[in-house]
Amino acid sequence: MLSSSRIKLFIPLVVFALLALVFLQLEKRMISGDYDPSMLPSALIGKPLPEFNLATLDNPNTVITSINLNNKAALLNVWATWCVSCRVEHAYLNTLAEKGITIFGLNYKDDQQKANQWLTRLGNPYELNLFDVNGKLGLNMGVYGAPETYVLDANGIVRYRHVGVVDEKVWQSKILPLGLNW
Amino acid sequence: MMLRAFLVTAIFLLSLSGFTSAADSGGLANQDSANELKVFSDPDMRQRYYGLIAELRCPKCQNQNLADSDAPIATDLRNELYLLINDNYSDADILEFMASRYGEFVLYSPPVNSVTAVLWIIPAGLGLLGFAIVAFILWRNQEDDEASNV
Repeated sequence: MLSSSRIKLFIPLVVFALLALVFLQLEKRMISGDYDPSMLPSALIGKPLPEFNLATLDNPNTVITSINLNNKAALLNVWATWCVSCRVEHAYLNTLAEKGITIFGLNYKDDQQKANQWLTRLGNPYELNLFDVNGKLGLNMGVYGAPETYVLDANGIVRYRHVGVVDEKVWQSKILPLGLNW
Repeated sequence: MMLRAFLVTAIFLLSLSGFTSAADSGGLANQDSANELKVFSDPDMRQRYYGLIAELRCPKCQNQNLADSDAPIATDLRNELYLLINDNYSDADILEFMASRYGEFVLYSPPVNSVTAVLWIIPAGLGLLGFAIVAFILWRNQEDDEASNV
């Protein structure tokens, strides 16, 4: 029979097993894409976009200070030609645009000519592209990389921010459940 | 051999520090991103700048502060910080500016609130628990000693 002091020797093993279980659960959630510690929550959720004053990508002489949502929800996609994942994402954005989803672009710290060439070659899913050459609006929005996609509701309030590539899975599991009027 | 390596390193470091201080007093104002030289009119401002880049966390390279990180966003935030300091923003205003954009994540010493409470309670709680365990063991040993003395 085990004496009580012998049983105590198993305490570290039990603690280890519990910790292992916790980390295993986290690992599972990370593999399934449910949890990613590098994705920061946005400080912009529940707020409108910060003020801005930018030209469009295709015309340097325009001055845009707000985007017109026409009482529909929309995506605001932060992209650049130097961003490899943006190229991966681009085809899916084209698909969404074909389905009638409104997508605005924020061309972030990019080369204007290269960005316009990219849209000509790969297709243009964007209603409008803001040209944020020095990343000022990006900084005010809390952008820390590309691609990032902000979900705006019909009133222009940011409801969700996705860091990384938007694909069918993200659309179905994260963006559609917000129940917005697309 | 060791001594020589040491001397070479020391001379190199000295020349670097000489270079930066000469540049500071020379008032070179080159702000392109390839050249990170920050020139301050006031030594207090420089001290605040270095304090804040140590205290603010890079959103991209998550376990580095702005001083450490080479990510493009860290460069942008350092430049923004430089401008804010020169616009006479207080340290509290600057931390608020950063947190309102990048979240409380970027503050290495976050304020105590309902979200961050657990960060502050757990270490103190574990410390107390440790003390309690040690105290319990000491108390029990003392009891045993007294019991065996009888």
